[in-house]
Amino acid sequence: MSEYAIQMLGITKTFPGIVANDNVTLEVKKNEVHAILGENGAGKSTLMSVLFGSYAPDAGRILINGKEVKITNPNVATSLGIGMVHQHFKLVHNYTVTENIVLGREPKKGLVLSLGEAEKKVAMLSEKYGLQVDPRAKIEDITVGQQQRVEILKTLYSDSDIIILDEPTAVLTPQEIDELMDIIKLLQKEGKTIVIITHKLREIKAVANRCTILRRGKSVGCIDILPETSEQELATLMVGRPVRFDVDKKPFHPGKAILEVQNICVNDSVGIEKVHDFSIDVHAGEIVGIAGVDGNGQTELLYAISGLSPVTKGRILLNGQDITNKTIRERIEMGLGHIPEDRHRHGMVGGLTIAENTVLKDFYTDKYTGKFGILKNDAIYKNSDALIEQFDVRSGQGSITPAGSLSGGNQQKVIIAREISLSPDVLLVAQPTRGLDVGAIEYIRKRIIGEREAGKAILLVSFELDEIMSLCDRIAAISKGSVVGIFNEGEKTASEIGLMMAGVKNAKAGA
Amino acid sequence: MSEKIKKENKTSFIDWFLGSEAATSVAVVILGIIAGTIIVMCVGKNPGGLFKAIWQSFVGQYNRGLGKWSLAPLGNTLTYAIPYVLCGLSMGFANRVGMFNIGAEGQYMVGMLAAHAFAVCIPSFPGQWFFCIIVAMLAGAVWGGIVGVLKAKFKISEVVATIMLNYIALYLYRLIALYVLPEGLINKTYQTAPLANGALLQGIGIRIREGALQLGDFQLNIGFIFMLLSVLAFWYIMEKTKLGFSLRATGFNKEAARCSGINDTNAISTAMAISGAFAGIAGACVLLGSLRFGRIMQSQDNYGFMGIAVALVGNSKALGTLLAGILFGALKSAYSLMQFMSIPREVVNIIEGLIVIFIALRAGLEIVKAYRAKQLLKKEAR
Repeated sequence: MSEYAIQMLGITKTFPGIVANDNVTLEVKKNEVHAILGENGAGKSTLMSVLFGSYAPDAGRILINGKEVKITNPNVATSLGIGMVHQHFKLVHNYTVTENIVLGREPKKGLVLSLGEAEKKVAMLSEKYGLQVDPRAKIEDITVGQQQRVEILKTLYSDSDIIILDEPTAVLTPQEIDELMDIIKLLQKEGKTIVIITHKLREIKAVANRCTILRRGKSVGCIDILPETSEQELATLMVGRPVRFDVDKKPFHPGKAILEVQNICVNDSVGIEKVHDFSIDVHAGEIVGIAGVDGNGQTELLYAISGLSPVTKGRILLNGQDITNKTIRERIEMGLGHIPEDRHRHGMVGGLTIAENTVLKDFYTDKYTGKFGILKNDAIYKNSDALIEQFDVRSGQGSITPAGSLSGGNQQKVIIAREISLSPDVLLVAQPTRGLDVGAIEYIRKRIIGEREAGKAILLVSFELDEIMSLCDRIAAISKGSVVGIFNEGEKTASEIGLMMAGVKNAKAGA
Repeated sequence: MSEKIKKENKTSFIDWFLGSEAATSVAVVILGIIAGTIIVMCVGKNPGGLFKAIWQSFVGQYNRGLGKWSLAPLGNTLTYAIPYVLCGLSMGFANRVGMFNIGAEGQYMVGMLAAHAFAVCIPSFPGQWFFCIIVAMLAGAVWGGIVGVLKAKFKISEVVATIMLNYIALYLYRLIALYVLPEGLINKTYQTAPLANGALLQGIGIRIREGALQLGDFQLNIGFIFMLLSVLAFWYIMEKTKLGFSLRATGFNKEAARCSGINDTNAISTAMAISGAFAGIAGACVLLGSLRFGRIMQSQDNYGFMGIAVALVGNSKALGTLLAGILFGALKSAYSLMQFMSIPREVVNIIEGLIVIFIALRAGLEIVKAYRAKQLLKKEAR
């Protein structure tokens, strides 16, 4: 028998416009925890999709347990004992844990569904691997961390020996991450082979035995994770140059309160209250961060402040003026900037050019519109040429390039250029660096700090606790739509904030 | 070496073709006509007659009886093109804001009704036709605006709303024409009182009976000018003004437009009203320019639906819609010419249908495009 559980040799996979995997080789030994490290867009997920049969590779060979295989669809992968836990869970919310696990291979007695056996097996597996999941609980009633365990149970239920975890910690609190690490170690002890895809270095240090590093679609190398391997070393390999994790920030001199959110409640699109009795002040010259796990009301909070959804209670003040019932355009004119969470949906119009996108919020003003409502194209293009230069937007045809054809980082730069050029008093920033490469991340963070230095009030929402902790002057930890605690930078440790994000009010781990 | 250059040129032509919407439209029309040719051959007729008919509907024909060159087929082409282009603009304008306006038919009928009432109830005065067109435009705008408001305020699907409103428009027309408008003198079931003389659209006729050119009758009415003005207005509003900017932004990405402070509710309502206005003008032009009598509508005229095809071929752009509308006008003009050449005139309907089907196959070209991009990358990777 072969020493390797998985061998992917010379995998090449191209998509229109990009080579996602370029002659990538991945060799995973039996019963090891193998990490795949790379920036966003380095080709990690593509490689795993090839392994799981979701994509056919253009070139290359795959060997499972030493035997060459052709994985044409996910069912083949499953029958080879490969199980995958996707980043976005694929669960039916109003079904029970067991029902979700047996979905697609329901045990039947005649025509009738019989879940008894399955429930026993799920309970047994849950016990064996320390997953602590109630087989009869409905998915909608359990936490995100437990939902992830249901996904892991799914792979165990189908007797997978190789378990792939795609960015498993993106949706978890720090405590849940620790628990997941323990589960992974237990799975390994029970003889499973684990592949974990991540760009978080700490997790690799915590559980992985070996690590394959991908950079821009190519495998840079495979290294053993030893106790003395440093995160800095991994980061350098991942990015290809030394990276600075800290951010240069001048001392904190807040001015008067610019944005005041007072006891607001906000419903989501289907009428469920997502933000409850929420209050926060943002002062001139400070960055206030909202730390919380995805789905705890951050999106609705920003919708309410920017005017995309109404509040059901409370009020919002901008420079002392009540904007609770103002239209979106009135808010923009009063000095509210917004870098939205979903840049494709809210941030830009892909079908319009870069130039048109840079004036999306003020095209109707005298600056860009002349008599009889005719647009001043000269002024629009002059503005956009200057912004492209200033913000280093890389594009095929300059100002007339359709914004939709830009790379993610350049799209984000266009949005940030527009918002900063409007010089708002308050800037709402949501997930500004999600999905971007390290170079763009550094640049965008520098710009946000620059706005703080220019005396703007900035409200930052991010699901990356590291980002919040390195950029913000004050941090509000939130859970289930309410503030759990507000504190200054450096007052709490990451694990204390993590506890607060999980809803624990008085996190006292030393403070 | 030269072979290599040739090859590169060839590649770039295909890329240009795939990238250009206009080229695709032209190709689609040619494909439709080729398919029509094959069908004519299949039924054992000479396809030459088909080409001759289409050709004549653009340049006219020699009238042996009168011994003159008659431009009447061209006149017919352009006259038919008036409602086609206007309804195409109606469809296209809404489409640019992301709305699928099946309601051009209803807006056309309401416009016609308004023009009809104005032409029948008010005694004739010079220039009455101008006011008729204006009221038709307003009526169409209201009818389209209703759909826009329903969509924007209450999220009611414009497809359902417009289909309903089409029927409401038809029966409203019949109701008002039968019971409200002055009765016809001869046939009360089919005609109202005649249209006032001042309301009829003047012909732009070229009547040269003598002379070197020997041109025959050329029938076209002043509605053609209104159609051209509408094309111009479409282009100007959409591409040059701040209103057009907000409409385009809303059409491409409603959520992002809203997030940027554009009032999407207003944008959709305004666009639907303007869209309806185009169809309303079409209604007035057909009644006052072509029919010229107080018709009581029996069923839908289908110009509104043809407008969908016209807008699709014209890519919802002003110039494209104009050209596509004239093409469909020419096909309709060829319809009657083909009888004389003993070719089944239904072939024209088949060609029209095929053009629409081929246009819908544009999605297939996207697949070709994606495949080519991939091949190119592979080549580069090697």
